[in-house]
Amino acid sequence: MRRYFGKTFIYLALIACGLFMIVPFIWMISTALMSQAEFNKGESVFIPRESYDIIAGSQPEQRIIVVKERGDSSLVHFLNEEGKITREYVQIASGRVKHIYKPISLHWDNFIKAFKKVPFARYFANTIYVSFLSLLGVLVTSAFAAYAFARMEFRGKDLLFLLFISMVMVPEPIYLISSYILLDKLHWLDTYRGLIIPWFVNVFTIFLFRQHFKSLPKELFDAATIDGCSTFGILRRIVLPLSKPVIATASVFSLIGSWNSFMWPLVMTDSPEKRLLQVGLSYFNAEASAQTTLLMAASTFSILPILVVFFLAQKQIIESTAKTGLKD
Amino acid sequence: MKTRWKASPYIYIFPALLLLVAFRLLPIVMSFVISFFEWTLHGTGGFIGLSNYIKLFNDPEFWKSMMNTVWLVVFVVPASLVFSLIFAVLLNQIKWLRGLFRTIYFLPFVTSMVAVSIVWKIIFNEQTGLANKFLGVIGISPQKWLAEARGIFDIFFSGIGINLPDWAGGPSQALFAIIILTVWKGLGYNTIIYLAGLQNISKDYYEAAEIDGASKLKQFFKITLPLVSPTTFYVLMMTTIVTFQAFSQVYLMTGPPKGGPLGTTNLIVYYIFQKGFDAQEMGFASAAALVLFVVILGLTIIQKRLEKHVNY
Repeated sequence: MRRYFGKTFIYLALIACGLFMIVPFIWMISTALMSQAEFNKGESVFIPRESYDIIAGSQPEQRIIVVKERGDSSLVHFLNEEGKITREYVQIASGRVKHIYKPISLHWDNFIKAFKKVPFARYFANTIYVSFLSLLGVLVTSAFAAYAFARMEFRGKDLLFLLFISMVMVPEPIYLISSYILLDKLHWLDTYRGLIIPWFVNVFTIFLFRQHFKSLPKELFDAATIDGCSTFGILRRIVLPLSKPVIATASVFSLIGSWNSFMWPLVMTDSPEKRLLQVGLSYFNAEASAQTTLLMAASTFSILPILVVFFLAQKQIIESTAKTGLKD
Repeated sequence: MKTRWKASPYIYIFPALLLLVAFRLLPIVMSFVISFFEWTLHGTGGFIGLSNYIKLFNDPEFWKSMMNTVWLVVFVVPASLVFSLIFAVLLNQIKWLRGLFRTIYFLPFVTSMVAVSIVWKIIFNEQTGLANKFLGVIGISPQKWLAEARGIFDIFFSGIGINLPDWAGGPSQALFAIIILTVWKGLGYNTIIYLAGLQNISKDYYEAAEIDGASKLKQFFKITLPLVSPTTFYVLMMTTIVTFQAFSQVYLMTGPPKGGPLGTTNLIVYYIFQKGFDAQEMGFASAAALVLFVVILGLTIIQKRLEKHVNY
């Protein structure tokens, strides 16, 4: 009996915590589907319903707010679609006021409106381009470096590895300003190069690869060497084919990282056509601050690709976070 | 085993090393050098010694942003540690649906800070936000959140009739809103790390304690907490470093002007950003960045030292 009570309590606590974590997302999506007028009224929470008054028989529907009802006639304000008042204190017959109530009314068009308001398509394309090129660079440099660190003996190895590790500990804001000056000198400001090449190296990926390469059996390498396979041949024909899962995990991490990166592209690009998604979203946030529902729609579609990737690869993501978080 | 590889390992390391030296090490060294120069977007105005540092330490805005950042860290780190440990301990008790809960908790961590900052900005909206609706349900009057410059201690104590002096007001309610978001965002990561740490603790300890008749609470304090302490130190260190770097929250949730109201959400990284790119005083901003680096490095070293003392 006490056992059951304990378990029930644990599940209730977990559900409460889970709600705290997920409610902002649910609210984001439900708000993204509301009409702006309904959201501004502040009556509907979570469920995108609609209730408003119109002039009976008007085509298209003329929305109104009743200010005062005086028997047969009423004083009303005329509203536009966004809920803004277009004409004040119009007198109409009370019988012409019609109440509309839709228990569920999903405004999918918010997504289209938000998407068209600023060139999100361009931002998506830029982000995909930059993310995948960075990923390619990261995989190549990491595979080589990790292979050397895991499987070769050379002078200065420990020192070099220490250098690599210590660079992870330096926060991005520390070198942001000097990086700006550096990219300026290279004429890389406001170019895709400046967004991609400095991120061709990822120490976290090198760690991940190194750990995996170290775990491969030594006999494999010895046999290949005896068969006359070159070092590069071993890397390409033996090590990499055996590393598909770890490559996949590293790729997911790298893609999430580039997709979400904000400070660097904010600083290093200037022209609107080179904006990455997060930067574009931040400009949209500044421009459309009153259009809450569109902001929520834009936030939703900007995290959607990450959510898809996360749900597909969640097991690997969470498990390797747990692993790499503890080691090194 | 002596090297019998044909290709030189240095060639393998070279691409990564070159990039690391060019785009990490060099800028870090440059930051240091630039901080002793008058440096604008158009180039250098010459060596000025420690002037940038002297100006920095005499800038009340710098101290204010440091203070705000310290408030953020002081609230976020313990809250994040306590909640994530509780989450992890609870998760560790169950099998059914564990994966689902783990996924839900981890969700905020993988989503972009920009998008979630926008969502939380609207959650904390005075009129239409979810936060005030929730407070309404539990019978608390609506708060101004991101528009409130008064300290949270000030608000609380004046509510029960005590007036605090200015210095004891605590972080502004606006900063408190950012604290809540920041805890929420990082909680899942810490939970996963803790969960892994808990699973490393041998079941034998608990069985022995069970036989000795130790209560669950006692088991938690006498077994779990000490044995999970390496994880605690790791989580403590990571959360501290990451929290010191908070930037997007201020950039997206506050203003205009950003860092408001009354500069109570101006955090050190936003201060550096503003001085470097808006005011274009890059030498000065580099000095501020370097001070931040020293602070983070110092805290990391202290935590490492402490860890050696308390390790089991």
